[in-house]
Amino acid sequence: MALLESRTDGPALVEDRFVRLADDAALPAEGAVLVSLVRFEKERAALLARKAPLGVWLASNQTPAAISNELDRLALVALDFPVFSDGRAFSSARLLRERYGYKGELRAIGDVLCEQLPFMLRSGFDTFEMKSPKALEEFRAVVGEVRVVYQPTGDGRATAIDRRLGRR
Amino acid sequence: MGEEVEDMDQVVIANRLSDGLVVFLAAAPGSLQGEWKLRLEQASVASDDARAQELLALGVAAARQEQKVIEPYLIEVERTAEGLRPTLYRERIRCQGPTVRTDLGKQAEAREV
Amino acid sequence: MYHYDEYDHALVQDRVAQFRRQVERRLAGELTEDQFRPLRLMNGLYLQLHAYMLRIAIPYGTLDARQMRKLAYIARRYDKGYGHFTTRHNMQFNWPKLEETPDILAELASVEMHAIQTSGNCIRNVTSDQYAGAAEGEIEDPRIWCEIIRQWSTLHPEFSFLPRKFKIAVTGSEADRAAVKVHDIGLIMRRDGAGQAGFEVIVGGGLGRTPFIGKTIRPFLPKEDLLSYLEAILRVYNQLGRRDNKFKARIKVTVHETGAEEFTRLVEAEWLQIKDSALKLPKQEVDRIARHFEPPAFRVLSKTAPATEARIARDRDFAAWVRHNVAAHKVSGYAIANISLKPIGKPPGDATAEQMDVVADLADAFSFGEIRVTHAQNLVLPHVERDRLPELYDRLAAAGLAASNIGLISDIIACPGLDYCSLANARSIPIAERITERFADRDRLELIGEMQIKSSGCINACGHHHVGHIGILGVDRKGEEHYQVQIGGSASEDAALGRILGRGFSADEVVDVVEKIVDTYLAHRNAGETFIETYRRIGQDPFKERVYGAA
Ligand code: SF4
Repeated sequence: MALLESRTDGPALVEDRFVRLADDAALPAEGAVLVSLVRFEKERAALLARKAPLGVWLASNQTPAAISNELDRLALVALDFPVFSDGRAFSSARLLRERYGYKGELRAIGDVLCEQLPFMLRSGFDTFEMKSPKALEEFRAVVGEVRVVYQPTGDGRATAIDRRLGRR
Repeated sequence: MGEEVEDMDQVVIANRLSDGLVVFLAAAPGSLQGEWKLRLEQASVASDDARAQELLALGVAAARQEQKVIEPYLIEVERTAEGLRPTLYRERIRCQGPTVRTDLGKQAEAREV
Repeated sequence: MYHYDEYDHALVQDRVAQFRRQVERRLAGELTEDQFRPLRLMNGLYLQLHAYMLRIAIPYGTLDARQMRKLAYIARRYDKGYGHFTTRHNMQFNWPKLEETPDILAELASVEMHAIQTSGNCIRNVTSDQYAGAAEGEIEDPRIWCEIIRQWSTLHPEFSFLPRKFKIAVTGSEADRAAVKVHDIGLIMRRDGAGQAGFEVIVGGGLGRTPFIGKTIRPFLPKEDLLSYLEAILRVYNQLGRRDNKFKARIKVTVHETGAEEFTRLVEAEWLQIKDSALKLPKQEVDRIARHFEPPAFRVLSKTAPATEARIARDRDFAAWVRHNVAAHKVSGYAIANISLKPIGKPPGDATAEQMDVVADLADAFSFGEIRVTHAQNLVLPHVERDRLPELYDRLAAAGLAASNIGLISDIIACPGLDYCSLANARSIPIAERITERFADRDRLELIGEMQIKSSGCINACGHHHVGHIGILGVDRKGEEHYQVQIGGSASEDAALGRILGRGFSADEVVDVVEKIVDTYLAHRNAGETFIETYRRIGQDPFKERVYGAA
């Protein structure tokens, strides 16, 4: 599994500093951890008391409203794609960025299809858990493949309308 | 179905990747090499289930390794005076072509042969 | 009609290049079928019974002569010389090769066409009124808004992996020729108290396994808020729509299970948050698109059409054609001419490359180069001078395109069914062909009057059988083709779902059953009553008795 980060200067393979904790695994004394929403809600105080960065992952049927008041305490929110065709996380991502103002790392996990990367970027994701050993090449191949976008999203890209009106 | 049924035989059917046309597996018993043929008459016919499963396994493996065909599966055929004929009408149409355009598909090609 | 600007062109061309690369990877074995399937479906390429099938969008049913010629060219060069017009403003080619599909898409891109989102769980090709811009009583040309929706929905980052496919229809007039109430979202243009134009928003209609008539969730939406409101609906649906069961995943089920009131509340709450965002449509952009739909340079013509009247008086066939295939135009001296793709004994909606070329030539000669495709699988020349109808008719007749049966019993809607479709249970086209043969007699056709028969080869209802006056559904019964018959449906303003008559029928019986239903209607109707009016007055029982014998 490779973790890919989209940076302003292009994609990069990065090391995952978070350990994904199972709900019944012991909480380590140190180190960044990624926990489920259930565990976060149950052990909120203990998790926030730690000095290390904290991440929460949401299943595709869990709404980001559940963590909208905690976002400034989270270093990572991960959204799960149980299968690539389950597109709920696209909405969750946009809500986190555009409605709740989340600024931290937003990660796509699970069944991440390479062809979905442009949509994920537009929705606000900036890191991607990818199975393919050629993830970096694939990212470069698909992102930017279609030069025009029609929809305004939180990524701020100039839409066709913006360009037509000379707004940007 | 038809009264001319003699035996319940099976063949492996699939679509060819490059153009989507319906193809049939031909492979000698025990062989690890199969060929995909355009005509039902050219298919290898399994007359028992063990042979049918052998053919299917070969077809599935070939589909995976060579990536030349899509979705191989077994269909039942019967031997009639005119040759092999699928027992299900869906597969009969697949093996012949649209019934509303008898000038197209395998039914048309068969006439040309 | 709309013409691409540099941005629209760039998007479609990039998309072709992208698909070319994907096809190359597939043919080289770098992608498996499981990986490739979603990619090809995103470009409208299906695998059917005999071969691939490419579904091309004809956005909101408008195309010009140049585009029609391109379709003819593709039919000849890459397919088997014909194409099929579907019930959703699409053209399907039944024999394209995978290897050549990128070339076909490149050809299409050169005339501003594509196959994007003609498949998959995304927002599909938006559909509209085939008489848009030509019919009387329109608040605005709905295609302006269709084009705005087309652009907004194309490669939408948030809504490309919805629970299920999503269909939007728009009409600009009260007369509903776009079946808006059986779409996921139906938009009807309305005026508010102050005379401002906007939309009535209807959600959750649809056919298929559990058919529903849509519910109005907002009686009036200002035009500039169209996209934010659509985005709010789609966002609620994307989060709430069921993903555990394909048959319950359409928005109609979401609305039904959530309750229309609660669903409306959720949409309105979401909309409040994004109403004043960048989705608000700038007037300049709306005006830019609207300019593309300005009426052509109509001539000032006299109301009378002497040549046409004279021909009507002496030529019974021509008179029938005018009566059934020609509709009133909003401009004096002009007419709307329908071209029936339902000749007796032929597959409904099929056209040969030669016929496509003829239609293109006729569009140039008679209709400012404009053509429409209808959800009833026919074609339309929207702006024809009324007094040139005889000339048009003669040229159509020479090409086998002058069937005079629009809206009559032989104007059957039929999906491809088991002759082509891998999902089918039974054939649909041969049933339609046999019905047209049975009712070939012109006097009888006229006697029966307005009648819509709709036939689908499976419960997916591409043939809209639920909203046929007579609906025919193919089912599989113990390995044999079998047909269920329902009556009383309607796809118009008075949209209604038909009710199943009773036990089903074999392929051999079904045409007789249709005839018995028709005979029952003729026996019971009051003067001037259409089939559907009679049905609503007398109910199902007399039909049942005639078909199954007295209970
Ligand atoms: S209704 Fe069924 S058979 Fe007909 S085209 Fe649709 S999926 Fe195929």
